[in-house]
Amino acid sequence: MTATPAVDAEPIVVIDDVHKSFGNVEVLKGVSLSVPKGGVVCIIGPSGSGKSTLLRCINGLVPIDQGSIRVASFDVHQLKTDQEKIALRKEVSIVFQQYNLFPHKTALENVMMAPVHVLKEDREEVRERAVALLRKVGLSAKADVYPGELSGGQQQRVAIARSLAMRPEVMLFDEVTAALDPETVKDVLNTIRELALEGMTCMIVTHEMRFARELADVVYFTDGGVIVESGPPAELFDRPVKERTRAFLSQIL
Amino acid sequence: MESFWAWFRWLHDATGINLTIFYDSFDRSRFARGFVMTVELSAVCIVLSVLIGIVGAWLQGSRLRLTRHVIYWYIQFFRNTPPLVQLYFFYFGVGSLLTATGVSGSPVPMVSNVTWAIVSLSFFAGAFNVEIFRSGIEAVPGATIEAAESLGFSRLRTYLLIVLPLAFRISMPALNNNLVNLVKTTTLAYAIAVPELLYVSSQIWSDELNVPEMMNALLISYFTLVGFLVYAMHRWERAIRVPGFGV
Repeated sequence: MTATPAVDAEPIVVIDDVHKSFGNVEVLKGVSLSVPKGGVVCIIGPSGSGKSTLLRCINGLVPIDQGSIRVASFDVHQLKTDQEKIALRKEVSIVFQQYNLFPHKTALENVMMAPVHVLKEDREEVRERAVALLRKVGLSAKADVYPGELSGGQQQRVAIARSLAMRPEVMLFDEVTAALDPETVKDVLNTIRELALEGMTCMIVTHEMRFARELADVVYFTDGGVIVESGPPAELFDRPVKERTRAFLSQIL
Repeated sequence: MESFWAWFRWLHDATGINLTIFYDSFDRSRFARGFVMTVELSAVCIVLSVLIGIVGAWLQGSRLRLTRHVIYWYIQFFRNTPPLVQLYFFYFGVGSLLTATGVSGSPVPMVSNVTWAIVSLSFFAGAFNVEIFRSGIEAVPGATIEAAESLGFSRLRTYLLIVLPLAFRISMPALNNNLVNLVKTTTLAYAIAVPELLYVSSQIWSDELNVPEMMNALLISYFTLVGFLVYAMHRWERAIRVPGFGV
């Protein structure tokens, strides 16, 4: 694994002119972007700008109305059967704002479940891998503890380990630190940083601007269902072109 | 043991309290058989009604409209009619249609009264169990299900591994109530001559004319039986409790 992602590598996620409405509300109004393999993109923007919906579309959790999404070898917008969607989800894993761990399973079982039941892998092999993943996110000591007994930050790190256990090609992070207190945010961000540096393709919806600036190859600013502006963090944060971007950043930074 | 039984004979002679089910071996054995029948009937109906509840609640979320309608009308039928009427409906209504010709040439029922009692009571309690599990399922956060889906779990696997275990824990108190009711409702099988506890007791008090004694014996028997069920269910509820999960 190389530490620096090759920017001109083959794109692994290609999103083209994606539209999505919930009832009368058009949440995505023609979004296009692409992510190279090993790339890290951050998506910022005000609440309700469609960031989370976009991530859910990439994972096939939300069907799109128009446009196309391609992830690795999958045309996400054309997946019909459950089997096809399941195949996609082995490649793309999503981590949610509210962690959404399985409350009746221990941390270790949470990590093991999908590889055992979905990938049908050998339980002992999966256990070894799960133990290693918990060590990686700094939670070896909590393997046999239930989610209800973990702090928010710890739950979120278990959720990341749970996603990684599927050995995905792409990781989607949906405001994963938004529900956490400032101190535990650091642990979660460190975990993501490590992943990104190892060459994992990451799409990160976040309000942590310093984190975005440090880690992202490209930052996208979305508002009202469209990408208003995008560019390398140094440009977008320091020399935003659009008035809307400047207004948003001035409130946050 | 013999002296224990004999004490009840002495009690009868001394006070007039006539508990034949203790000192008379014939009454003792038929009371015991009735008790065993009640326990068996309850156990079988509990298992079947819980299975009906689980499957029914799963089918209620089906994509097929027809399936949802069938479940809906099944629940309506069994919830809106008295269980005794249901029992009669199955035994006399459906049962009289399902007959074979016996050796003597006269029709004999293909399905026994015990079987009809099991079918009728299981469907009766099952209808309530469907609703109980449904409320449990609806209490499982959509986000948890979405997480399972995002990890590639199929709908069935999500239901079996995530939704059901959580819904079951949430449903436990309501389920306890319904199963307690079910055990008590097995007495209705009396009406179609299933030799369960109430039925054998009525035979005994007809023969021995010890109605008050048998009434007390019945009360104590059911109190003990249901008490045991409630105790077992509470133990189970505690055993599957998840630390930090809010039920």
